Amino acid sequence: MADALIEHLLRRAGFGGSPADFGVYSTMSYAAAVDRLVNYERVPDDVDANIGQPGYVGTTSNGPFLPNTVINDARQRWLFRMLHTNRPLQERMTLFWHNYFATGYSKVSGAVGPDDGTRLMAAKQTDDPLRQKGQMELFREKALGNMRDLLISVAQDPAMLIWLDGNTNTKRNPQENFGRELMELFSRGVGFYTENDVYAAARVFTGWNLQITRTPTPTNPNALSYQFIYRPENHETAAKTFSFPIYSDGGSTIPSRAASDGLQDGIDLISALAAHPETARRLAGKLYGFFVNETASPSSATIDQIAGVYRQSGGNIKAVVQSILLSAEFADSSSFFMRYSWPVEFVVRSMKETGWTGFSLGTTLSPLVNMGQQLFEPPDVAGWDLGQSWFSTGMMLARMNFASTLAANQKFRLATAAASAKQSPQELVSFMVDRITPASIKSMYGDLVAYASSGATWTGSDAQMQTKASGLAHLILGSAEYQFI
Amino acid sequence: MITRRSFIKNGVTAFTVGFAAPAFVSDLARAQGAASRNLVILDLGGGNDGLSTLVPYTDPFYYNRRPTLGIPPATVLQIGSDSSGKPLGLHPRLTGLRDIFGQGRLAVIQRVGYQNSSRSHFTGTDIWSTAIPSNSQGAGWVGRYLSSLQAQTLLDPLAAWAAVGETPHAFQASGVGVATIPNTQTYAFASPNILVPGEPQLARAAAANIASHVPIDQPHLAFVGTTVQQAMATLDRVALVGTYRPTVIYPNNGFGQALQMIAGVMAKQIGTKVFFVQTGGFDTHASQDTTGANGAYVRLMATLNDGLLAFYNDLKNTGLLTETLLLSFSEFGRRITENGSRGTDHGAASVMFAMGGLVRGGIYGTAASLDPNPGNPTLENGGGDVTFENDFRAAYATVIDNWLGGNSASVLGGNFKKTSLAFV
Repeated sequence: MADALIEHLLRRAGFGGSPADFGVYSTMSYAAAVDRLVNYERVPDDVDANIGQPGYVGTTSNGPFLPNTVINDARQRWLFRMLHTNRPLQERMTLFWHNYFATGYSKVSGAVGPDDGTRLMAAKQTDDPLRQKGQMELFREKALGNMRDLLISVAQDPAMLIWLDGNTNTKRNPQENFGRELMELFSRGVGFYTENDVYAAARVFTGWNLQITRTPTPTNPNALSYQFIYRPENHETAAKTFSFPIYSDGGSTIPSRAASDGLQDGIDLISALAAHPETARRLAGKLYGFFVNETASPSSATIDQIAGVYRQSGGNIKAVVQSILLSAEFADSSSFFMRYSWPVEFVVRSMKETGWTGFSLGTTLSPLVNMGQQLFEPPDVAGWDLGQSWFSTGMMLARMNFASTLAANQKFRLATAAASAKQSPQELVSFMVDRITPASIKSMYGDLVAYASSGATWTGSDAQMQTKASGLAHLILGSAEYQFI
Repeated sequence: MITRRSFIKNGVTAFTVGFAAPAFVSDLARAQGAASRNLVILDLGGGNDGLSTLVPYTDPFYYNRRPTLGIPPATVLQIGSDSSGKPLGLHPRLTGLRDIFGQGRLAVIQRVGYQNSSRSHFTGTDIWSTAIPSNSQGAGWVGRYLSSLQAQTLLDPLAAWAAVGETPHAFQASGVGVATIPNTQTYAFASPNILVPGEPQLARAAAANIASHVPIDQPHLAFVGTTVQQAMATLDRVALVGTYRPTVIYPNNGFGQALQMIAGVMAKQIGTKVFFVQTGGFDTHASQDTTGANGAYVRLMATLNDGLLAFYNDLKNTGLLTETLLLSFSEFGRRITENGSRGTDHGAASVMFAMGGLVRGGIYGTAASLDPNPGNPTLENGGGDVTFENDFRAAYATVIDNWLGGNSASVLGGNFKKTSLAFV
């Protein structure tokens, strides 16, 4: 049971566990395992150094691997981190925020070109000649940080300023896009703001623009640096009144300020939104679905409890996530496998359990598109439609076919690993379902044994083991039961 | 969109795990009680700027309020005047649609919307999808129509086909399976042992067996298991679509290829009658550029025009045009006055297109006056946005009653029929 709980924890707070991962975590108490996952800053962040090293999954590029400037390489670097990181919760929360503040590479690259578009989405600051920090690095840095702090950083993030048109928001012509989504999707939610609030929010953020500076580097005389800038001359200084309180005294009007002080308008609005109880409840609902259970609506007591931690901690996401992972509801076996896996979660867990040596992340990119989840390209600012929306017939076939590709790639290694189980089809099935773990094997066990026994008479030869081990991996990974985490 | 998920979740408790065995090809047509008819719903995602699609090129306020986005009168494709006498023109890039209009097979419906129009993409899409402005989280309007047929006969999983990545809200309904297939090439069953004789067949049989155990006490597992079953059961028919050879060359973009696939589904007669297709990018807050050679809105119109023209000609050549109706929608129109980013923000009413061999072409509805005077009754939001004249549910009612032979009052939950909108 303890092992089942640790496996559950690794599926939810990480991307599943490889045999080696279980070796690390199964020696710990549950509380110690949660502590290690949540306090990941104690674990070295050295995963990128392993890219290209033997023993790790491979990558495929057109030319050199350039994850800071080529979007498909950035996708592969992120998948590499998900698979091999020793800080799995940090990557998982980064993915959560990517969906929460869903920003699409195509619009950003349409504005600044593919290289700079990739930089703004994914550049690692220490790798970039101009110290540009991509949006996902912002999410990683603040993955378990403070919500108000994160909202302010996102509002000033160059990719976001392009994505929701903040870079063109001026007092002459206020731009509503960011202000609307800030209230509808990033904080309080639809139904808790009015159209007049949208117009007011647009004016609040007038002058929150983007500065693009030509900054020659030794290798690129035309290199550009992208920075948030507050332009007082573009700011609307009149007071802005909202339908909800902005200040702790209940005041709902952001006062008229000198243009030079107008940056504070946006800080006031974001601070109010971050502290609002509906923001807490909305985020609580999303985190519950992400971590605990997607098949039943949470009770209002559960949401109140999570939202309460948010409010008492002043919007500290680490405190909120830690309380979720330590809750009785999370640890109860009725929550196991009650979460529809996202395509990237399915792909990474499949590799963790089946194997990755000799496999390339380049092979996952096009299947992920067919499964409905291309990293850095959410369908719109509301992010991906989750849960059952991942499971159309076409998207399910894409999962089954990825399972086939991975199983074919790993057939020799699977057969070698399963050598001790070559006595009979039953032995082989037992080995495989122990390694590749669906929600339940109850209804599929007989079919798997029948499949393993079908075709040529059982000899346990190398060729037969390769065929049937990979065939079983394909069937298990492609089953309905495996699509849950 | 957590609310939508909770809807689906509620729906699944009543999910029917079985699906139709063969003989489905004619089931839908029989249930329709009408000749075999195809319906294609086209979603212009992002909120289409109707005033750039159908240009009121004699309204001085149009040019005053759109100093950079106004389309010069000399370039619009004039298609006559509406019943109020206001001359109108299509966007200059819509030459194919102008020709179809000239053949009397395109209806342009003006100022379609509803009261208190939502300016949210998500709520707006939900409202257009459900046709229930007051409660837009339930089943979609096409889904409810399919559901009403299901009462008479169990629907085949390919009865409805969404040529997009996920089931559109308009097609969702409890117990109604919708094939979501953006591309038929990847809709196939692979095996890791293709070189081992017999193995692919054994794997396929095993996958079907595994999916046949549907735990009805666990709706989430049942849902995915049923999806696998339906995928397995439809592989061979979908593969047929890939063998379709169109009579025209479709544009090599997502929209054009999706329309080619839909024409293939129709031509191969694999049983689907209701389709969903989308082309996006209409959320033109900035640099909308309605006239430049490579302007953002010009590219949107090019994609729309070239795809629809190829589809129209292909269906005409194969004799399927008279059996087909295409209806477009978008979640809202856009603000009349352009913003400082040379774009337009979220607005209210917009235009719809209906295209097909039995469409009564022409201009339906009357244009708004764009006079910003807050008392102007054709505008709302203090003269900021175009207000609706035709309830979108009236357009749906025409499709349900006149085209599908259904009962719009029962599907839409009220009588929205409008005789002036009998475009088919």
